[in-house]
Amino acid sequence: MTTTPSTPANQPPAHGALARPPQQAPGLIQGLRSLVATPLNALLTVLALAIAWFLLRPAIEFLFIDAVWSGHDRAACLAGEAGGETGACWPYIARRLGYFIYGQYPEAQRWRPNAAMALCALNIGWALWPRAPFRGAALFSFVLPFPVIAWILLYGPGFSGLVAVPSNLWGGVLVTLVISIVGIVVSLPLGVLLALGRRSQMPVVCAASTVFIEVMRGVPLLAVLFMANRMLPLFLPPGVLPDPLVRVMVGVSLFAAAGMAEVIRGGLQALPKGQYEAAAALGLGYWQMMFTVILPQALTLVIPGIVNTFISLFKDTTLVTVVGIFDLLTTIDVSSRDPAWATPVTASTGYAFAAIFYFICCYAMSRYSAAMERRLAAAGSRS
Amino acid sequence: MKRAPVLMAMTCGVIAAAANGAPASAGVLDQVKQRGELICGSNPGLAGFGVPDDKGKWTGFDVDYCRAISAAIFGDPDKVKYVPLTAKDRFTALQTGEIDVLVRNTTWTMTGDTAVGASFTSINFYDQQAFMVRARLGVKSALELNGAEICVQRGTTNELNLADFFRAHKMDYKPVAFGSAAETVRAYDAHRCDVFTSDSSALYAERLRMTNPAENIVLPERISREPFAAAVRKGDGQWFDVVRWVGFGLVAAEEAGITKANVEEKRASDNPELRRMLGVDGKLGSGIGLPNEWLVNIVRAVGNYGEIYERNLGENSRLKIPRGQNNLWNKGGLMYAPPIR
Ligand SMILES: N[C@@H](CCC(=O)N[C@@H](CS)C(=O)NCC(=O)O)C(=O)O
Repeated sequence: MTTTPSTPANQPPAHGALARPPQQAPGLIQGLRSLVATPLNALLTVLALAIAWFLLRPAIEFLFIDAVWSGHDRAACLAGEAGGETGACWPYIARRLGYFIYGQYPEAQRWRPNAAMALCALNIGWALWPRAPFRGAALFSFVLPFPVIAWILLYGPGFSGLVAVPSNLWGGVLVTLVISIVGIVVSLPLGVLLALGRRSQMPVVCAASTVFIEVMRGVPLLAVLFMANRMLPLFLPPGVLPDPLVRVMVGVSLFAAAGMAEVIRGGLQALPKGQYEAAAALGLGYWQMMFTVILPQALTLVIPGIVNTFISLFKDTTLVTVVGIFDLLTTIDVSSRDPAWATPVTASTGYAFAAIFYFICCYAMSRYSAAMERRLAAAGSRS
Repeated sequence: MKRAPVLMAMTCGVIAAAANGAPASAGVLDQVKQRGELICGSNPGLAGFGVPDDKGKWTGFDVDYCRAISAAIFGDPDKVKYVPLTAKDRFTALQTGEIDVLVRNTTWTMTGDTAVGASFTSINFYDQQAFMVRARLGVKSALELNGAEICVQRGTTNELNLADFFRAHKMDYKPVAFGSAAETVRAYDAHRCDVFTSDSSALYAERLRMTNPAENIVLPERISREPFAAAVRKGDGQWFDVVRWVGFGLVAAEEAGITKANVEEKRASDNPELRRMLGVDGKLGSGIGLPNEWLVNIVRAVGNYGEIYERNLGENSRLKIPRGQNNLWNKGGLMYAPPIR
C-alpha cells in the first residue's frame, strides 16, 4: 500500500461509506494571505492574536521567564527578595522526577520498568508504523506475550529469579501507563465481542451483552472503582483477594470495554446492509464474515471514536487515586505537601508538569489516528 | 434500568452476610511475623505526619510510629507496607483486615472506640481544632464567623466539631466539604470559602504551601480536643498490647533519657529501671511476644518520642510546632507513660 497523501484539492470524494478525514492545512503562504484577505479577516486575526497574547503571556511567564531553574529545597522557590512570587519551581520536578516516573519502585530495580517501557515502545512502534513488516504479529505480540513479559519484569514472581516488587510500590507514570495499556489492550477485543453480542440473534447473548454494557455505562467510573476496591473484598473469601492494582485494572478495562462496544456498534450499524448480504452470498460463515468483511470496515469507520475512547481512558486513570493507587497525578499531588518543597508555586508547577505529560500523550494519540484516517481514506479512494 | 433495584438489594444482602462473617482477628502479631511485614494504614500525604520524600520513601511522625512497631517486632524498621487512606476509608480498612494498625492522625473518640470496630491504644499527639482565615478579612475571633463559608475535610472529627461549635454559639455557616486534604486546601486557596478548619497541626502543615502564607492567620479559639492515637482492630488483646506499649515505650525512653545516640551505653548501666526497660533483666518483651530487646531496637531505629517529634514536627523540621501539650508530663506537657515493670 502506498501512502503518498493526495492533495485535498484534487482528491476525489471518498469512496463508499468512508468519511473524509479532517482536511490538511493549505500551503503556508496561501494560509497567511487568507488571514488578512479582507478587512474583517484582518480584524479577527488581530483580535485572535490579542486573546492568545493575554492567555499565553502569563503561562510563558510562569513556565519560563519567572521560573526557578536551580536549588536544593523550598527556599529557592519562595518569593524572591523583591517580594514578588516566583514562577514554576523546576528544581522540585527535577529532584522528584524519579518518584513521578516510578513511584516507590526500589531504585536498584528501576532497570526493570525501563526495560518494560522500552519493550512496550518498540512493540507499539512496530505495530503502528505503516511500513513495518509483520504488523499482524506485532499486534498479536502486544496482546499476548508482551503483557506477560512485562508483568514478570515488573512484578518479579517467584520463578523469575527477580526480586519481587509488590504493586503497592509502583507509582507515577509507570502505574498510569500500566493501567491505560491494559485497559486499551483488553477493551478493544472485549468491546468488539460485546458489540457483536449486542447485535446477536441469540437472546441470551444479546441480553447479557446489553445488560453488561448498560450497567457499565450507567454508572460513573468512580463507582466502578469503589466497587472493585471496597466491595469485591466483601464478596470474596479472605485470602483470595486479587492485588489492588489488578482490581483497578479489571474495573477500568470493563468500563472502557462497555464504552468501546457502543462505539463499535455504531460502526457496525453504519455499514450498508449490502455488505452483510454480499458476504453471506459468498457463503462466508458468521465469524469469517465478521473478521474478513464487516469488522475491518466497521472499525475503520469509527477510528475517531475508538481513539477518543482510548484518550478518555488514559485521562480517566487519574481517578484511581480514590482507591489509594498512586498514579502520576497523585504522586505529584502528594509531593507538593513535602515540607522540604512546599511553597505557593509547588502545586502549580506539579500540575503544569502533569498537564504537559498528558497533553503530549493524548496529542500523539490523536495525531496518529488522524494520520491513519487519512491513509485509509486515501487507500479507500483508490480502490 | 429496571434491574438496578434488584441488583442493589442483592448486593446489600451479600455485604451484610460478609460483614457478619468478618475475618477472625485472632493472632495479628503471629500473622505479621509470618508475613514478615507490618501493614500500616497511613495518611495519603500530610506534611510532618506522612509524606513521601524525594526517593518516594514515606517519612513523618505517624510513619515513624509504624517503623517503631516494625522495629519492635523484627528489629528492622523498614518491614512496613503503607496503605494510604482517606479519612472516610480508614476504619473500613481496619475492620476488613486490610491493615494491621491505623496510625493516621486519627482522633480517639468514644464512637471510634466503641462503634466502628477499632480499639485505640495510646495517644501520640495532642492536638486541637482551629480556624484559619485570610488576614485581609479583619476577623479576630471565631465568634465573628457568623454566616461564613467554611472548607472542611469530609469524614473527619473536624466536620462534626464545626457543626457543634456553630450550634453552641447559635451562629450560621455554610460547610464546603471535600474528600481529601488536597482538595480542601485548594478550595480555600481559590477563595471558594472564607475559612479553613482542621487540626492545628494540619494548619501548620498546609500553611507552608499556601499562596502568601503570611496573609493567612490562625484564629485564637481552639474548638476541640483532638488526641491522635494508634488504633487496632477490636478483639486481639496481644496485638493491642504490642502497639500500645510501643507507644508507651517511646515516651518512657524519653523520660529515662534513652536516645538513639546513647542506647548502647545505657544498656550497660546498672540502674535497675534501665536494665528492665532495655531487656537486660527480666522478660518484659518476651512476655508480649516480642524480642526482649524490643525497646532497644525501637530507639536504635527511630529514637525516643522527643526525637521523633523534633525530627518531624518540632525544631528540626520545617513545621516548627512547639512541643506544648506534647511535652513530657514533668516538663509541662501531657505525655505520660505507665511504668515499664
Ligand atoms: N483528626 C481528625 C482529622 C484527621 C484528618 O483526616 N485530617 C486531615 C487534615 S486536613 C488529613 O490528614 N487529610 C489528609 C488527606 O486526606 O489527604 C480525625 O481523626 O477525624
